Amino acid sequence: MHNHTIAELITGLRNKVFSSTELTQHFLARIKTLDSDFNSLISVTEAQALKAAAVADQQLAAGDAPTLCGIPIVHKDIFCTQGVRTSCGSKMLDNFVPPYNATVIENFQNSGAVMLGKSNMDEFAMGSSNETSFYGPVKNPWSTDCVPGGSSGGSAAAVAARLTPGATATDTGGSIRQPAALCGVTGLKPTYGRVSRWGMIAFASSLDQGGPMARTAEDCALLLNCMASYDHKDSTCIDRPIPNYAANLGDSLQGLRIGIPKEYFSEGLNAGTQKAVQTSLSEYEKMGAKLVEISLPNTGLSVPAYYVIAPAEASANLSRFDGVKYGYRCDNPQDLQDLYCRTRAEGFGDEVQRRILIGTYCLSAGYYDAYYGKAQQVRQLIRQDFEQAFEQVDLIMSPTCPSPAFKFDAKGNDPVAMYLEDIYTISTNLAGLPGMSVPCGMVDGKPVGLQIIGNYFDEARMLNAAYQFQQATDWHQLTPEGV
Amino acid sequence: MSIENNTIENLANLARIAIDKDQVAEISQRLGSVLQLVDQLQAADTSGLTDLDHPMQGTQRLREDTVTETDQREAFQAVAPDTEDGLYLVPKVID
Repeated sequence: MHNHTIAELITGLRNKVFSSTELTQHFLARIKTLDSDFNSLISVTEAQALKAAAVADQQLAAGDAPTLCGIPIVHKDIFCTQGVRTSCGSKMLDNFVPPYNATVIENFQNSGAVMLGKSNMDEFAMGSSNETSFYGPVKNPWSTDCVPGGSSGGSAAAVAARLTPGATATDTGGSIRQPAALCGVTGLKPTYGRVSRWGMIAFASSLDQGGPMARTAEDCALLLNCMASYDHKDSTCIDRPIPNYAANLGDSLQGLRIGIPKEYFSEGLNAGTQKAVQTSLSEYEKMGAKLVEISLPNTGLSVPAYYVIAPAEASANLSRFDGVKYGYRCDNPQDLQDLYCRTRAEGFGDEVQRRILIGTYCLSAGYYDAYYGKAQQVRQLIRQDFEQAFEQVDLIMSPTCPSPAFKFDAKGNDPVAMYLEDIYTISTNLAGLPGMSVPCGMVDGKPVGLQIIGNYFDEARMLNAAYQFQQATDWHQLTPEGV
Repeated sequence: MSIENNTIENLANLARIAIDKDQVAEISQRLGSVLQLVDQLQAADTSGLTDLDHPMQGTQRLREDTVTETDQREAFQAVAPDTEDGLYLVPKVID
């Protein structure tokens, strides 16, 4: 059952090959047996899952069930789930039980999907390796001495290890696409404003976006159909019609113009990764697409701009964690200042503290214009690069990451070395464009991802291109040993 | 580049995060290396450009000024560290 895609499980449930209860029990048993090897989940919601599965079975029997009714799913522990601990991978929220559901969670509940648990992640979504979680690192199912990527490492590992057929995740600088690439799964970051951020614990408000992870593009389309919604409670949500993302997956790619940015194929790119990506691009040519060399000249400014904007916005967003209304509080605070300072020093891990301090610096008096103001202007340059490119091409493709999964501690004490892992994904967030990663090869036994970037609200075309690639290749079907 | 130690202490105060004196040097060095990365921005020509703070260049939506939410204080305070009579308790602020 765990080797089926979501699309196949939907058919299986309706043809009564299995019930949602059987499916849920199957995945819960797999989690019990296997997850100690990967540490992909922070909370497992067994009782709740079985209850939801029973309700789903009744709905399926009545014959009017929504598409995802009875399908098991894992949610990144950044989405508030009413009555279920939501930790954001942090000691600060280890005891936090939200009194409400995030809109994304409500959407899945209304669809009848069955929540298996909450997945592990880098603390407050800050990281590219899932090494900063309060709950310990997640291990890559392809090579457990390697990172799964981050910050959605738990969701990616759980899907790769077939502990769940699909998962939700979030992406601020690459946190869906990069772990999807390193774990050999498919992940999609929608256009900014496509998916509601209500109840999605905020890291960088102008960059964050929730999206699906699964083994196939078709499955991601089905999940995105559920996740995307206009929500008046999120004032950055865009009110725009939502297509059926699964409707045009089979469209021909004849004449599709694919932009290949030359700046994404320069030094620092692993040779094996480059070869896998170039072979994949040849597959697209066989399907009738045309490759066009393009330039995104301000690519080199994307990492510096991001590491001003994201920490600055994070420093503002994380100021709410102060030991007063919820979350961790230090023992015996002497006065209010002591309450704030020790709660935050004890509740936040090192990387989070570092980013808050950088953000505070960039926003402080005398530095705001030189850092935050400048970075927001550079963001215009990056957006303009993409606008110009999309006048000549329909999609842009590149490697997702500069190399396959690296060993734990490989980036050592150098934060900048870790930040450069995001070099191909960050510009997409700065411009607000949609992007996805699909498995496209293996290097030394570890997966490689192909990144597909679309124009604003063009997720359907990205998914169509990804789906057709997955008809012509089988990288997405490979399974790690032992799962 | 490095940041002066008293700048780190000032930042820690602004961010309300307690930092031990023996951590200051290490933090200063790490922050310095990030700021070195970030200084690359200064070379960019951004004359005439406005800030891009919303990727869609969206504007803030407004709504009617009417009450729509219900009182959920009990539910919200159920997860609070310390409350009394519907108020959040903190150490004494005023002497």
